[in-house]
Amino acid sequence: MSKPATLLELSCVGKQFGGLSALKDVSLHIKRGEIYGLIGPNGAGKTTLFNIITGLYQLSSGEFNFNGDSYQTTKSHLLAQAGIARTFQNIRLFSHLTALENVMIGRHAKTHAGVFGALLRNKTTRSEELDSTNRARDLLRYVGISKPSQTLAKNLSYGEQRRLEIARALATEPLLLALDEPAAGMNATETESLKALLQNIRATGITVMLIEHDVKLIMGLCDRVAVLDYGKKIAEGVPDEVRQNPAVIAAYLGAEDE
Amino acid sequence: MKKNLPLCSPISPRAREIICIILFVAVLPFLTDALLGRGWVRIVDFAMLYIMLALGLNIVVGYAGLLDLGYIAFYAVGAYCYALTSSPHLALAYPLLFPDGLHLSFLIVLPLAALLAGGFGILLGAPTLRLRGDYLAIVTLGFGEIVRIFMNNLNAPVNLTNGPQGISMIDPVRIAGVSLNTTQQVFGFSLPSVHLYFYLFAGFTAVVVFVSHRLEKSRIGRAWMAIREDEVAASAMGINTRNLKLLAFAMGAMFGGVSGTLFAGFQGFVSPESFSLMESIMVLCMVVLGGMGNIYGVILGGMTLALLPEVLRHSIVPLQQAMFGRTLIDPESLRMLLFGTALIGVMLFRPAGLWPSRVRRRELATDEAEQ
Amino acid sequence: MDIFLQQIINGLVQGSVYALVALGYTMVYGILGLINFAHGEVVMAGAMLALSALTALISWGVAPLLALPVSLILAMAGCMLLGFGIERIAYRPLRHAPRLAPLITAIGVSIVLQNLAMMIWGRDYHAFPQLIKNQPHYVGGAIINDIQIIIVIMAVVIMAGLMIVVHRTSLGRAMRAVAENQHAAQLMGVDVNRVISITFMLGSALAAVAGLMVSANYGLAHYYMGFLLGLKAFTAAVLGGIGNLRGAMLGGLLLGLIESLGAGYIGPLTNGFMGSQYQDVFAFFVLIAVLVFRPSGLLGERLAERA
Repeated sequence: MSKPATLLELSCVGKQFGGLSALKDVSLHIKRGEIYGLIGPNGAGKTTLFNIITGLYQLSSGEFNFNGDSYQTTKSHLLAQAGIARTFQNIRLFSHLTALENVMIGRHAKTHAGVFGALLRNKTTRSEELDSTNRARDLLRYVGISKPSQTLAKNLSYGEQRRLEIARALATEPLLLALDEPAAGMNATETESLKALLQNIRATGITVMLIEHDVKLIMGLCDRVAVLDYGKKIAEGVPDEVRQNPAVIAAYLGAEDE
Repeated sequence: MKKNLPLCSPISPRAREIICIILFVAVLPFLTDALLGRGWVRIVDFAMLYIMLALGLNIVVGYAGLLDLGYIAFYAVGAYCYALTSSPHLALAYPLLFPDGLHLSFLIVLPLAALLAGGFGILLGAPTLRLRGDYLAIVTLGFGEIVRIFMNNLNAPVNLTNGPQGISMIDPVRIAGVSLNTTQQVFGFSLPSVHLYFYLFAGFTAVVVFVSHRLEKSRIGRAWMAIREDEVAASAMGINTRNLKLLAFAMGAMFGGVSGTLFAGFQGFVSPESFSLMESIMVLCMVVLGGMGNIYGVILGGMTLALLPEVLRHSIVPLQQAMFGRTLIDPESLRMLLFGTALIGVMLFRPAGLWPSRVRRRELATDEAEQ
Repeated sequence: MDIFLQQIINGLVQGSVYALVALGYTMVYGILGLINFAHGEVVMAGAMLALSALTALISWGVAPLLALPVSLILAMAGCMLLGFGIERIAYRPLRHAPRLAPLITAIGVSIVLQNLAMMIWGRDYHAFPQLIKNQPHYVGGAIINDIQIIIVIMAVVIMAGLMIVVHRTSLGRAMRAVAENQHAAQLMGVDVNRVISITFMLGSALAAVAGLMVSANYGLAHYYMGFLLGLKAFTAAVLGGIGNLRGAMLGGLLLGLIESLGAGYIGPLTNGFMGSQYQDVFAFFVLIAVLVFRPSGLLGERLAERA
């Protein structure tokens, strides 16, 4: 069975909080293997959209398809198991566990040992455990964190914590890596190395979606970009197109005076 | 050179450690008996029961981070389970239905009690899944009280628990035809009942330690700790937080149920008084005071808090006699006063517990470095 | 109908006491995020102090109507000192410790206070002296006596006063600021430690009043009375939404009503299977039911998940 070229599709998605409508009729699709950026001024509904995709919010109307299945759910773990891995805007690591343990927890959905496996520690469990450890160590090396089994997540530097979150997300072997403002609080060098990392990740076949304030990063990195304003999608396309879109310029000029 | 000769058989340091522990446990009752008297062996037996309880609660509170203030209810479920099925109570209450009572074997009741307690754990867990922190604490506390009140009042119109009088004349634990209530001769050693129970409890404690240890370092244990640290992030990693929380409740409850069964067989008598809120709090204190999440810390905490009141009980009156020539202050309240002071003191000087888990230790070390 | 009305009256009286104690729990929780487990013992201390003072004053020939307020003030002062001390010794050093550490010290304080009280006042029940001719009044077939009327009125006045303090004074503003964000409040020049101390003292003063009310209502005081009362009041605070002052008042009244109505009707409802000894079960069942459907209590903030 050949897989459809579209990995994720939202059609006419709306979300209301009480009387406030945070998203109105947003439709977009993300193709396999691309880096997709979502930008917009503060309060445009980016995070709401992100939380719908990652199963934190239930959508009020519309349809949400991922990898051929339709989702209405607020169960994050189901979406994670289906292949959407996320990071958080204000880093949410398991701070009192080691970096290695953090990444190994990312392996949860891909491993199966239950209570009996844990108690008997049979061959299957042991090899699964070894495999998890090895993969986790590889990923940590990949994102550049040293001494992961001795360092608590909370004691890593800010940039390392961001990268640890990405490693943890990658450990779930996602189809889609969703990043919530990954460059927030980073300096220029760190942003540059983040950019390289994300390009590397895409090269391994993982689709990447990110929301970001740093327009320069988005424009330099993404294949396609969508712009949200007041809960509506006002533009979508390749970065150059979007940059010249008058609606986008107006939205950003309006917001620029902050 | 003499010391380079391989005198010892090549056993790993870990195996040597285990052998040392087994030897120590084997002589402990005899040592206690010889030095302090038989009464103290009984006290140590009870301490073992508390250690088992504390280890069970450690799974719920220490690993999964679910604050449970009604844990003793599962102990009660196990105890009443054995009391009902292995005492004359049913025969007395319902002579027509059970002319001889049930008198089920200990080895049959034990797994049943564990399952029943585990079921109660899920019953408690299911409605409380959305609650967190202190709300969970108060609901579990309420649950514990509900169980106790039912035990206190289920003597009429259906006499199930015999109310506040409790159930007595419970059969002693009997394994393979050997009753643990009588002195047994093994290899020329005379083993009194309290010694036999000590070995039984030590065996069960070893199992509980083994299970805790294996769980802690497994996929399940890591998932619990992830939930403890950040439930939203855990869920985003594909962890089914609902099922894993229920699993934690059930596992903890099963340990509670097993300890309860042992307690009923050992004591021969159960009444609601043994399952008050104060007992739940005491077990929680053992976990926190010893060092949450660390098996050895929890064992230390259980031992300390179970033995400290007894040590105080046995030393306060003689001490007062020696100092003032008579007993000035009511020894019971002075004992509890010192106990409370000790709780405060330990927490003030060691906020992460007497023997914190390696992670907590490191965390504290870095916190100090930061200051 | 008279049983119904009688249970309502009893529930309101009991609920007023719960509400006063629940306020103490909720104020501390609002500011520190901490269950002050020792609060029930402060109520007990208040009752015992007031009773001792009252007995002493009357034996010296002081007029009852003067002795009552004087002993109340003495008990409040004593409890405020106690609350201040508890916070300083058992909670302040642990403000940045693991979350459960202060819970254990709170339990320790509770054990210490209970046993100190037992050493001072003994194990016996202490009778509340008859001061006024506790006149019963008949309202539509139900009875309410003077002490009960005084309890309800006092509770209402005190709660109104507390609301004014919290919402209309600069101290109240500082308290709310610390509750909202300790760090930010400090940056804005609020003396956080002072505010926390005052909060404990305020809560303890309320506890002293509640303690006196309980012992006047039942005519008894006992070293062990604080435990269950504290537990119920804490339940009430959670029921209303802990950290929320109005929630504590609502939860207290509601719990009082639920308990007394439950105790009155549980027998007939279950065909005699369950008697009034199940009244505590009733309270806890309601609590669990409320929390299952509203996980943060009746008036609690909806803690929406933040990503």
